[in-house]
Amino acid sequence: MMEKILNVKDLEISFQTKDGILHAINGISFDLEHGETLGVVGESGCGKSVTMMSLLRLIPQPPGKLVNGTAIFNGVNLFKISEEEIRKIRGSKISFIFQDPMTSFNPILPIGIQMAEPLMYHKGLSYQDSESQIVEMLSRVGIPNAKDRLKDYPFQFSGGMRQRVMIATALICNPEILIADEPTTALDVTIQAQIVELIKELRDEFSMSIIWITHDLGVIAGLADRIIVMYAGYVIEDAWVDDLYKNPRHPYTKGLLGALPKITEDKQKKLVSIDGMPPVLFSKPQYCPFIDRCSYKIDRCKEANPLLEKIADRHFVACWVSASDERI
Amino acid sequence: MQERDIILHVENLVKHFPITHGVLFQKEVGCVYAVDDLTFDIFKGETFGLVGESGCGKTTTGRTILRLYQPTAGNVLFEGKDIATLKGTELKAARRRMQMIFQDPYSSLDNRMTIEAIISEPMEIHHTHNQQARKNRVKELLAMVGLNQAFASRYPHEFSGGQRQRIGIARALALEPALIICDEPISALDVSIQSQVVNLLIELQRKLGLTYLFIAHDLSMVRHISDRVAVMYLGRIVELASCEELFRSPFHHYTKALLSAVPIPDPETERKRKRIILQGDVPSPINPPTGCRFRTRCINAQEDCSQETPLLHEIMPGHYVACFHI
Repeated sequence: MMEKILNVKDLEISFQTKDGILHAINGISFDLEHGETLGVVGESGCGKSVTMMSLLRLIPQPPGKLVNGTAIFNGVNLFKISEEEIRKIRGSKISFIFQDPMTSFNPILPIGIQMAEPLMYHKGLSYQDSESQIVEMLSRVGIPNAKDRLKDYPFQFSGGMRQRVMIATALICNPEILIADEPTTALDVTIQAQIVELIKELRDEFSMSIIWITHDLGVIAGLADRIIVMYAGYVIEDAWVDDLYKNPRHPYTKGLLGALPKITEDKQKKLVSIDGMPPVLFSKPQYCPFIDRCSYKIDRCKEANPLLEKIADRHFVACWVSASDERI
Repeated sequence: MQERDIILHVENLVKHFPITHGVLFQKEVGCVYAVDDLTFDIFKGETFGLVGESGCGKTTTGRTILRLYQPTAGNVLFEGKDIATLKGTELKAARRRMQMIFQDPYSSLDNRMTIEAIISEPMEIHHTHNQQARKNRVKELLAMVGLNQAFASRYPHEFSGGQRQRIGIARALALEPALIICDEPISALDVSIQSQVVNLLIELQRKLGLTYLFIAHDLSMVRHISDRVAVMYLGRIVELASCEELFRSPFHHYTKALLSAVPIPDPETERKRKRIILQGDVPSPINPPTGCRFRTRCINAQEDCSQETPLLHEIMPGHYVACFHI
């Protein structure tokens, strides 16, 4: 058994909107082990990003509200420590790569200065002192002539290169956890393959844990050790990557996998589609949140919301049907 | 392959965008070689996939075919008429037969128009239906794309991405076109919604006998929907073949690399897989490499690649490749 580096328990977050209180995260728990890569999968709006941003307290309060929950990182509860202390963790022990490399850099500062910021803040280095580290890191992520590019502005890099700069910035303080929020969604497939390959190499080199948020079960297949599938603010399945792809036990996971056309298989006649849309939860449902889109539903699904239950070794599912129905 | 009716014949299509300098006396200082010397046919009733990385000229090709851009050179024969030179009423009549579905369902619908106004606008412009007939047609179209008819009086902001894309499809169908150019219609959508829209497109094609030019960068989806596929790189087609052929035995190194970059949703295969990873980025179309445009990233590039431009040639029936060394 590996050591747990992060343990999130009963996390609940809501947002005050003009239409009422939106229940974004409804009691989710997961943990992350040393050197593990955890994939977080779900549709837009299911709460993947909110969960991860809340760990670094990046959710503005209000309108956001942490209703309940703990997040223990190396023995400290990230939700209880002071603003000063969380700032010491952000960007140094836990760092973030955002989806859109175009908008997450400051357009009017050269990338050298933006990359030096974490070193200056966390390590107390001056810009001159951090330069050699920056150049080294930039070359490591595959930026040619790194030394000459420190004075370049973000717009002078292509999308793929900008994402590499972002990765270099996130890794510069040698973090223990790297949270990647759909880092390849905005990129072409060929560039995506480059970035995924790079992260795999860096993961082993820096021995860090990774949380990779995505809506694409294709990208994550070759990368993750374990996957949690989220739906409407709940974790509905949590399993080892091989189990999840070979034997998905929740109808939603099954639907997501069926919706992907597979390049290696014979052409299917029709893609599985999950009809309808995810619910918007202004009140916590007393029934299964997936009920409207589920083709396996039984009466019990209407009566109570299923909790995450263990069905095999490290395989958890929140579904009333999956235990009894052979079709899933 | 048996002879089939050609609905669209594109010959030596070229589109260059000039780059100008100065305000008053605009001097041309160069140009973006967006599309260079494209030749292909699209048969009636088929789905023709066009794939490539961003900036390779797929969208420009689609728009030039509709003559939203004036082609720099070349011909576009659609149902026997040359779109590139048509004028006035004739062009308008031809345009009725070809429509477009756009990539971004958030910016392609006017926020201040109701769904009914959006869908009936093409009919209004082309004077095809009177007011009552338009109303009925809108209802019919909404039902066809799987939306509630009561939605006609609502505004776009009330809809999700998938629903908006359905509205875009309904608008494209309003004038009963023969050819629809789908410009990355699903890349802005979630996976579960993508499959809904693709299934809808396939169903409509079967029902209405439509022909699609399906532009995308997602190869697995293109494989699912297309009959034939052309791969573009920096403004040129590098390989064109039937869908099965292309995915089973790709010849061009770029196609091979593109295919190997597609993630497979199966952890075991992914771990065992040997990828061909292309180094670097696509060169700028303002100053493309001489000769073969792919040579700067090709592992098999040799001297003659920089001197002459390889043309598409048929290496097997219906399978065309532009490369000297295969």
